[in-house]
Amino acid sequence: MAEHHLAQLNIARLRAPLDSPELADFVARLPEINGLADDSPGFVWRLQDEAGDATALRPFGTDVIVNLTVWQSVESLHAFVYRTVHLEPMRRRREWFVPLDGPHLVLWWLPADVLPTLGEAAERLDLLGRDGPSAAAFTLREPYPAPGVLAG
Amino acid sequence: MSLEAIGALREQVRRTVYEYVVARAEPVSRNEVGEAVAIGRTLAAFHLDKLASVGLLEVTFAARAGGPGAGRPAKLYRRSSVEHAVVLPPRDYRLLAGMLASAIERVGAEPAAYAAAREQGAKLAGGAAMPRLVELGYEPFEDADRTIRLRNCPFDAVAQSHAGLVCGLNLALLEGVLGEGHVVRLDPGPTGCCVAIRSKDNEA
Repeated sequence: MAEHHLAQLNIARLRAPLDSPELADFVARLPEINGLADDSPGFVWRLQDEAGDATALRPFGTDVIVNLTVWQSVESLHAFVYRTVHLEPMRRRREWFVPLDGPHLVLWWLPADVLPTLGEAAERLDLLGRDGPSAAAFTLREPYPAPGVLAG
Repeated sequence: MSLEAIGALREQVRRTVYEYVVARAEPVSRNEVGEAVAIGRTLAAFHLDKLASVGLLEVTFAARAGGPGAGRPAKLYRRSSVEHAVVLPPRDYRLLAGMLASAIERVGAEPAAYAAAREQGAKLAGGAAMPRLVELGYEPFEDADRTIRLRNCPFDAVAQSHAGLVCGLNLALLEGVLGEGHVVRLDPGPTGCCVAIRSKDNEA
């Protein structure tokens, strides 16, 4: 077993409330996309409440939804994000979300036996926005290898 | 390196070999190439290895299942994922595209970008879908379900760095090219372009 897992946070500022017609297509797709993630190779965990997703959790603001997940590797996350039907809502994200001032996604490595918290995730996003990509807070565009693994 | 690679294609037979290999969905053997191009196995091997040595093809080894000689890995060839380009005088449109893509994401101008792509697509429209897609470099093929799939992404490098945006631009561009008669959607597989196309004539 790998000693580290990859944590992923992304946040999005809603154009309109989740129960509005503007967001209907996004909300309708959410169960399928979440299910697809759950069944993807390399998926470990995602933050969810009793409703089965994380859309009710709003630590970044009342109009900001969060997605916090854990994966076995950068490759497994990359394959889910870019090589599945998840790409379709990414294409349409501007219909549902307004741009943020800073980064909207951050990745970091954590020990395989722990799960990330939203507080820790917020710190990593701050770090990325403040100092740019580093081994402690990075993006899929410039991934860093897991601790103890030599860069390919 | 790119100049050497492109120079290797000046030889007519070698270029025919290259074009045969890149048109195949799966890696091909020396024997297949020799038969398809009507040259001997030794000559096919010479050209294939030359194309691999300059970086235009990649070599893989796959054990063929069953039959006499099974277990001995066959040397197979497929197109290299490395891009080769020679532009003189020097130009770097990819660098420019990456900067513009980042700016579009930053201000949230994706809808305007998609509209521009659709208009550009309409200007590129003309003729039947398959030959037009061939001319535009998409390397289209029809799958068993009569869906048109695209083996090549002409925007690969920027699609890697700005996937949501660039795949959306590509989809809008192809909607413009193909017009009302086709349903164009994103349906990515492990490799190739993420866009899948169905003719409305095929819909039940």
